[in-house]
Amino acid sequence: MALRNFKLFRGNQNEGTMEHYSVEVDKGMVVLDAIHHIQAEQAGDMALRWNCKAGKCGSCSVEINGKPKLSCMTRMNEYGPEETISVRPLQSFPVMKDLVSDVSWNYEQNKNITPFKPDPLKKGNYIMMQEDIDRVQEFRKCLECYLCQNVCHVLRDQRQKDKFIGPRFMIRLASLEMHPLDTADRIPDVKDTHGSGMCNITRCCTDVCPEHIQITDNGIIPLKERVVDRYYDPLLRLFYKLFRRKSPN
Amino acid sequence: MNITEIKTVEHDVIVLGAGGAGLRAAIECSMQGLSTGLVCKSLLGKAHTVMAEGGVAASLGNADARDHWKVHFRDTMRGGKFLNNWRMAELHAKQAPERVRELEEWGAVFDRTKTGLINQRNFGGHRYPRLAHVGDRTGLEIIRTLQDRGIHQGIEVYMECTGLDLLKDKDRISGMVAMWRETGEFIIFRCKAVILATGGGGKAWKITSNSWEYTGDGYGMAYEAGAELMDMEFTQFHPTGMVWPPSVRGTLVTEGVRGEGGILVNADEERFMFNNISNRFAAETADTEEEAARWLAGDKDARRPPELLTRDVVARAIRKEVQAGRGSPHGGAFLDIATRRNAEDIKRKLPSMYHQFKVLAELDITKDPMEVGPTLHYFMGGIRVDADSQMTRVPGLFACGECAAGVHGANRLGGNSLSDLLVCGKLAGSGAVNYIQAVSTVPELNDEQAKNIIRSATNILNRDTGGNPYLIHEKLQELMQNNVGIVRSDELLGEGIQGLVDLWEEYANVKADGTSQFNPGWHEALSLRNLLVTSEAVARAARMREESRGAHTRLDFEGEQAAWLQYNIVLKKTEDGSMSTEKVLRDEPDAELMRIANLSIEALEAEVLREKDSTG
Ligand SMILES: Cc1cc2nc3c(=O)[nH]c(=O)nc-3n(C[C@H](O)[C@H](O)[C@H](O)COP(=O)(O)OP(=O)(O)OC[C@H]3O[C@@H](n4cnc5c(N)ncnc54)[C@H](O)[C@@H]3O)c2cc1C
Ligand code: SF4
Ligand code: SF4
Ligand code: FES
Repeated sequence: MALRNFKLFRGNQNEGTMEHYSVEVDKGMVVLDAIHHIQAEQAGDMALRWNCKAGKCGSCSVEINGKPKLSCMTRMNEYGPEETISVRPLQSFPVMKDLVSDVSWNYEQNKNITPFKPDPLKKGNYIMMQEDIDRVQEFRKCLECYLCQNVCHVLRDQRQKDKFIGPRFMIRLASLEMHPLDTADRIPDVKDTHGSGMCNITRCCTDVCPEHIQITDNGIIPLKERVVDRYYDPLLRLFYKLFRRKSPN
Repeated sequence: MNITEIKTVEHDVIVLGAGGAGLRAAIECSMQGLSTGLVCKSLLGKAHTVMAEGGVAASLGNADARDHWKVHFRDTMRGGKFLNNWRMAELHAKQAPERVRELEEWGAVFDRTKTGLINQRNFGGHRYPRLAHVGDRTGLEIIRTLQDRGIHQGIEVYMECTGLDLLKDKDRISGMVAMWRETGEFIIFRCKAVILATGGGGKAWKITSNSWEYTGDGYGMAYEAGAELMDMEFTQFHPTGMVWPPSVRGTLVTEGVRGEGGILVNADEERFMFNNISNRFAAETADTEEEAARWLAGDKDARRPPELLTRDVVARAIRKEVQAGRGSPHGGAFLDIATRRNAEDIKRKLPSMYHQFKVLAELDITKDPMEVGPTLHYFMGGIRVDADSQMTRVPGLFACGECAAGVHGANRLGGNSLSDLLVCGKLAGSGAVNYIQAVSTVPELNDEQAKNIIRSATNILNRDTGGNPYLIHEKLQELMQNNVGIVRSDELLGEGIQGLVDLWEEYANVKADGTSQFNPGWHEALSLRNLLVTSEAVARAARMREESRGAHTRLDFEGEQAAWLQYNIVLKKTEDGSMSTEKVLRDEPDAELMRIANLSIEALEAEVLREKDSTG
């Protein structure tokens, strides 16, 4: 047991402060555990989200010392014993209260994506080889924690939510476009409505993904290539080819 | 309070809960043309279903062509110690394959066999590899698929909105009062039918794999509205929860670890499950390590290792080892996959387990054994419904998924929940459609009822002083863990029931600080009533059932008693507000189903083979 210091955001979209709390922390605890103790003993009305406590649901996303993270998978011993741990809600979305932001914009985006449309001829007898779906399964690991949406500078600093659907939904699009049974064509939408051109491949999204999905290299760049292929621009295609990272293992 | 100031929304049907069951039910309703509202406490996609790991059981026969609904049915009945509702278990086994294939049509991407079909894995109590899966994140795949299907179908989703209580027009359902978590504002739903799909109530215990949402809200709401609860004594303790570090005690370790060959050993390095094979399963279980190893290598003539016995058996065996002083350092058993499979395989087949232990316990499961122990996981019992329509005895009130009783009897097999959600979710949806088509008038809302519900919710905030909801909850968890745990006795249960009386009193005076806006303390207080109803129902039913069957173990009444097999225990609210506990005679099972369930496995396999041959 050791006493640890926290600064937690208390307030809403319009006003708020970083409040100081001290709490006894046990061996093996994660940041979410410590916040739960603070909530139960010192701040009963403090809002926060969580569900699974095991990195499976993507509810507990916050910014810890400025880094977007799942609080249930962030161990206290990642920080020095004297370090004060600051926790804020995701900053790219309106703050509802305390550590909870309003992520409903993301749910709206999903509605605008053309749904899965399987080949009717193959119905009842779907054969897919594992190697043909590995990539799609990588994208489908997404927890919808929105950490990537939170760091993408197009959405965060430039506030261009009306122009770009964001990395989470780029890989959702990629998972549909690369699905062996799908027959819908989303490439025009990828370019226009969803704004694939807005992404300039900074890879900040990939860096924060708790599922280690290669969002940029495996998802966004191939989609951009498909757009370029469709709209004939051999030079740009070459550019993406050169820019693509060697696929990490 | 002026009720007209509270927003009222109309739908044909309200589905409460957006896990697999609620989503599947809502899809069915909306596909059949109903205006459908889907209400959930968390964000969409975060329900328990997302955490399911191992897989969904269905006799697709892809990994072993001998599989057939009859064998799945037989396994389910035997796992449930024959207390399952026969008709439900039949519907479940028969319809599961279709429901899984349908998910694929809606975009789900399951792991494949070498020939490109949906792959299936072994799990406890299932005769063949039967669980369709995606690594160890099957629930995520299912919930995303249903979610994506649902939002494109015109279902209206109300998320982070807590259902408080149901409204009735005389006998039948007329709506529900709910509360927006963000603002604390109330909302009234007016509808012809409500489908409850709220999941279980594991949060009444201290060591549990369940999240904050599992406070038994569906049980509490149905009970208050006059519906019956059944089989509540059957609470499943999953044998393998994490035991270390303390902050993650209870977090689930999927049965998939054992399905992939993981073994259980005690501190003396003894593989103790070989000492725990009951007569019922002796003929189908390996009795030497050599045979178990052959089974893992794929020898179809070898019998399954004893680690894959049903959950009740494994949980009790681990408890026994710990009690005898042969436990692991933190009071569990060792679960070892590292010596059974190579690191690459483990990471590919069980990626989230690898990650979970690495981060939360700083342990590499490809090198070292895990420490595991029982954790409260699942409710076999729940709201009593009709098998075909999933309707309760309150007209217009339906229930499906974990919050309903029947499919699993005294013990659920792994993987049978996800299939239950899909099968019964769809049945509840069509049940509601049929019911609504038959009602001619829209039921009337009763303002007084709504006012009472709202008043008792706001009282918690308005009181000047009162008990801390978090502390009351903690006391409840302590009580249930100690008195209504994995082994029970009349004495323990009696004490437990008395303890609950005291907690009811504390609850009557609970106080939440702060305002109504996103206030977890208030939300916690609101869930206490449901936790208490749930706990009381479990404790009372457990005290009445004087035998040990499946997940219900009585120290003072060992073994199954044939006489008890004839009864379900049913609980309901009486006129004076107290809880009645009743032994209700079960229906006579269908003769053909009875025959199938009682056939020897050899005879059933031969029968299935003949059937498959004749149909080509
Ligand atoms: C860690 C873990 C692993 C599991 N693995 C497997 C597995 O491999 N295979 C398997 O078959 N089963 C597994 N299970 C069991 C299975 O996941 C659950 O039984 C199942 O998902 C329950 O689904 P459901 O639709 O009934 O409820 P849930 O998915 O729990 O959904 C309940 C819904 O009800 C809502 N709700 C509850 N109360 C209210 C209220 N008052 N107001 C508004 N909304 C409310 C919640 O918000 C939620 O949306 C696992 C369970 C856990 C915890
Ligand atoms: S790579 Fe693209 S999507 Fe990802 S953070 Fe950068 S700009 Fe945003
Ligand atoms: S892609 Fe990764 S970071 Fe983005 S929402 Fe999904 S899991 Fe989170
Ligand atoms: S609580 Fe589910 S990911 Fe953290």
